[in-house]
Amino acid sequence: MADAAPPIHARGLARAFAGVPVVAGVDLTVGAGEVVVLLGPNGAGKTTLLRMLALLVRPTEGELALFGTGGRVAPPELRRRIGYAGHESLCYPDLTAAENLTFYARLFGVGDAPARIAEMLAWAGLDGAGRRPVRAFSRGMAQRLALARAMLHDPDLLLLDEPWSALDPAAAAALTERLAALRAAGRAIVLTTHDVPRAAPVATRVAVLARGRVAWSSEGPIRDVAAVEAAYAAAAGARP
Amino acid sequence: MHAALTILRKDLGIEWRTREGLSTVFVLAVMLLVVFAVAHDVPPDEAPALAPPVLWATFVLTGLLGVQRGFLLERENDCLAGLLTAPVDPAAIYAGKLAANVVLLGAMQGVVVPLVGLFLHVDMVPALPALVLVLLLGNVGFSALATLFAAVAVRTRAREVMLPLLLLPLVVPLLIGAVVATRAILADGIAAARDGLTVLAAFDVVFVVAGWLLFTYVVRD
Repeated sequence: MADAAPPIHARGLARAFAGVPVVAGVDLTVGAGEVVVLLGPNGAGKTTLLRMLALLVRPTEGELALFGTGGRVAPPELRRRIGYAGHESLCYPDLTAAENLTFYARLFGVGDAPARIAEMLAWAGLDGAGRRPVRAFSRGMAQRLALARAMLHDPDLLLLDEPWSALDPAAAAALTERLAALRAAGRAIVLTTHDVPRAAPVATRVAVLARGRVAWSSEGPIRDVAAVEAAYAAAAGARP
Repeated sequence: MHAALTILRKDLGIEWRTREGLSTVFVLAVMLLVVFAVAHDVPPDEAPALAPPVLWATFVLTGLLGVQRGFLLERENDCLAGLLTAPVDPAAIYAGKLAANVVLLGAMQGVVVPLVGLFLHVDMVPALPALVLVLLLGNVGFSALATLFAAVAVRTRAREVMLPLLLLPLVVPLLIGAVVATRAILADGIAAARDGLTVLAAFDVVFVVAGWLLFTYVVRD
């Protein structure tokens, strides 16, 4: 937790698929206790950028160091410090919610796993559905489970791809509250969203991506939602 | 080791609950055996010579299906990304998936072998201990290669076709070794099967080590 190196230090990060650039030279430094919100139209490169930060996608160009560790092969200890929730739940449909969390708790070496799993299920409002297979979950329930899974091992860096999507108002408010608490506890968070008002209470910084590049970024927290939405709308005009 | 066991336990747990892989593999195995037995309408005294190739052809064809399903589990809901974000060496993921495939295909062999004996009039019981060794070596070699290639195929668009295309040419030495060893065991006992067993053992060592080393490059972007 007391690293001198920032959780994220990226320079000129780029990624192309089949020769088509999706992320085209992003510089991003995220310190402990920061919540960076990535906005951008569909296809702007937000998800690919997030997957590069989660070490799931290798950059074709640029440098990425997480907690001061770079290089092609990330040590397992580094992955233990990262929590990632993507567009899909990353949970096995034929296992129950509790079984999924137990599986990941074992892989991540979570101490006192039963208590932690119970805590996360309760936070996700799934304590009554813990024994139901994920296949029977609604989209919103699966999203809550995905978020619980990403936070299960209390990571120092949390990467969330559209975390508020499919959540009902109560679950969305609980997530906002949780993110604020994690920020206060010194965790670094990078999240993507299209929902500026939802992100405003937790964001310490905003970057708008367009065509794989940072088209606009704020110096600090969102003070003027309308201004950020205007920047976002301008970037959306640059839809690929 | 802990991670590999965790993945093995998860895969077997899912299989036990759904029984989709086992039931599919069993049904296909029985159907293939029936087709082989009917297509080769040989006299009972010549049927034992047919048993080894029928046994191993059935194993390979049904095994393809079983192994492919093992990786489709990881594709649904992007679960493979869940594994890859975990602090786990990809070699441990390979070991866990390999072990799960060996168990699944071993269970399939437990059904196929008696059925081959039944359909082709071969008394497998006297040769059973030596046969178990051949079956195990064949299973481990096939699973080692298939697990590696299933991880490749599952990321491609034509995944149903890709696995057989990648796997079948490379599995020929194993198939030859397994058939030779099985035939020798059924005819003359384990001592006569040394050449086939050597091929199988060598195949196992090469492809388990290759899978262990290469899996990380296959599953990581």
